[in-house]
Amino acid sequence: MLKCRTVWKKLAPLARASSTVCRQNVRRTGNVTLTCVPVAHMSTGPAGGGRENQLYVLLVGAACVGGAIYTYRTVKGDNQRYQDRIDEISSRPYKRATEEPPSTVIPFFLVPSHTPYLLIGGGTASFAAARSIRARDPGAKVLIVTDEPDPPYMRPPLSKELWFSNDPSVTETLRFKQWNGKERSIYFQPPSFYINAEELDGAENGGVAVLTGKKVVHMDVRGNKIKLDDDTEISYDKCLIATGGVPRNLQVIERAGEEVMKKTTLFRKIEDFKSLDKVSRNIKSITIIGGGFLGSELACALGRRSTEYDLEVVQMFPEKGNMGKVLPEYLSNWTTEKVKSEGVKVISEALVKSVVCKDDKLEIKLKDGRLVKTDHIVAAVGLEPNVDLAKSAGLEVDSDFGGFRVNAELQARSNIWVAGDAACFYDIRLGRRRVEHHDHAVVSGRLAGENMTGANKPYWHQSMFWSDLGPDVGYEAIGIVDSSLPTVGVFAKATAKDTPKAATEKSGTGIRSESETEDTAISPVASLTPAPNVGQHKDEYGKGVIFYLRDKVVVGIILWNVFNRMPIARKIIKDGEEHADLNEVAKLFNIHDD
Amino acid sequence: MSYCRQEGKDRIIFVTKEDHEAPSNAELVADDPNDPYEEQGLILPNGDINWNCPCLGGMASGPCGSQFKEAFSCFHYSKEEVKGSECIDNFRNMQECMQRYPELYPQEEDKESSQAEASSSSVSAAPTEGSALPPETDSTPATSTSESAVSSDSTSLIDNQTAS
Repeated sequence: MLKCRTVWKKLAPLARASSTVCRQNVRRTGNVTLTCVPVAHMSTGPAGGGRENQLYVLLVGAACVGGAIYTYRTVKGDNQRYQDRIDEISSRPYKRATEEPPSTVIPFFLVPSHTPYLLIGGGTASFAAARSIRARDPGAKVLIVTDEPDPPYMRPPLSKELWFSNDPSVTETLRFKQWNGKERSIYFQPPSFYINAEELDGAENGGVAVLTGKKVVHMDVRGNKIKLDDDTEISYDKCLIATGGVPRNLQVIERAGEEVMKKTTLFRKIEDFKSLDKVSRNIKSITIIGGGFLGSELACALGRRSTEYDLEVVQMFPEKGNMGKVLPEYLSNWTTEKVKSEGVKVISEALVKSVVCKDDKLEIKLKDGRLVKTDHIVAAVGLEPNVDLAKSAGLEVDSDFGGFRVNAELQARSNIWVAGDAACFYDIRLGRRRVEHHDHAVVSGRLAGENMTGANKPYWHQSMFWSDLGPDVGYEAIGIVDSSLPTVGVFAKATAKDTPKAATEKSGTGIRSESETEDTAISPVASLTPAPNVGQHKDEYGKGVIFYLRDKVVVGIILWNVFNRMPIARKIIKDGEEHADLNEVAKLFNIHDD
Repeated sequence: MSYCRQEGKDRIIFVTKEDHEAPSNAELVADDPNDPYEEQGLILPNGDINWNCPCLGGMASGPCGSQFKEAFSCFHYSKEEVKGSECIDNFRNMQECMQRYPELYPQEEDKESSQAEASSSSVSAAPTEGSALPPETDSTPATSTSESAVSSDSTSLIDNQTAS
């Protein structure tokens, strides 16, 4: 397309020139109206102007031939330049791992033209919905369309467990050994679980098919069909949009140019994990920008490697302490100290002013003048929900929280539901919100699947989330956990038994949200450090419960180093009652017990 | 003794074990076991099986989902002396299907026999427990443990049939 434009730009003056010549000639002959096309008039000119006509024909002909030669030369030159550029780009060292993912890519040859259930996006919410649909609608045929090359996988281990694995081939297998000895893959199901897309129509008992590497670019809500990036159209009966989001970047980095972008990782997918793992082994210093969940988890994970690989790990963020937007200040400060003890150099109250690449190193200049020199940057500054389809589908986008606006039943319009990170939904208890956590993706995906099969249930079962920052600090949380709300924290002193490691060993579970169902999960304890400081100091926040209040009602709860009590927390939020004495409520958690 | 501090809008209370010994006087709202909004356990209030229960993992949704549903439904509604004795064909179909997907339904013999007793007793107890104890399950999809637990239960049933 660019070629055409440049060619046209070059031809335009020529065209204009030749047309002016023609027009002038026409005027001279004086027997044609100016609205007519000059060239045509040439051939129908009066007999008297014959010789002049021939001259004009010659002139125009010459101009055209000249133009053609010029065009040909330019296009050839452009082509050559283009080829040179392509060669140059491909000769650059690859940033990402180029290995093919092991046999988890689902091959397909034909795409079904219609599917009863279409799920756009192949992440956690989508998979949970697929499972829900299959459980409730016998023989259901479900088609998942994802632009990633991988079938559905879980995201938390990418910034936690996978980093603690001792297996050198972990970037290939993507398996991790849990502390209870059980190993599992990050993929929800092995490839044999899914059926091929072309077999979906004829499958007697239905099934789940995954179309990888395909992006949905257009949605026709009236016609109940979508269009892929290769122009294939698929019609559906019910559709789920679970497109998740794309990591945000700092403007200063985007504007800093290609050299800086090459040394920056926006972390979200499997390929980001692979490339970051590779990069982190070959550099001397890495800086993580962002002090939230992802940033802090990655900082701790990399911090643990810092001694092994002689790697300096820096984390910087504008808040006063890690998780500054989630934890009350006293706890955020305490957590920051713990993160530091994981080998991370924490720079708080840091606003990035500019980033430049000098002598193959990155120089980050902060607004207060401090300068940080590093080899690589990981930007963990939030997620931009993917609402690309909103325009073509005519769906509402929420201006406060971002994402598609849906009702309490997760429905956007008839036959269209949205779940996961991209859904801004109405929570009957806590109000309109958008949640970016793994368990929410599972819960909302499952709910959407239920509603797609006729359940009509609102979002009611409150999802939870968790985070571990090293072996000593782990917490589970539920509801609205915003540090700007007034909080009441009830703490006891921690013993050696109150660590994330101990919690999973005891319950024999893995992923924290599953520990409530006695299923596998994981805890990221790699070092065998002794129990946390059981000092006499009064301000040791070993374990406890923190209540977040809005108008005197508990809207959020953090269980700090206290595990397997989520059902109680969920109940308190569900009740939505005003409690006069939160210490009494805290008693329900038995924080002193194991 | 408990110790309390205020930091701006945040209140911090430190409590000893003795402080929390007395039972709580916090009032919780009574739960309605038939609340349609609530997450249901394995058995729904009307006695049907909740195929979407996270405790089943991927059993009802995988490639052998329909065979599993038939076998388990037959067992659940069975009124025979030996529960599920008429369901042997269903279970055989299910096992045949599962053997075609060893990756999804690992066939570990030793684990099965030890888990068989545990899970068969829990499965038969499930109908009574189900409504009273709604499991707070937000689990991500199946892991091999739950799948092998339920599949081992079914195979143990078949073994029982052949034995008797």
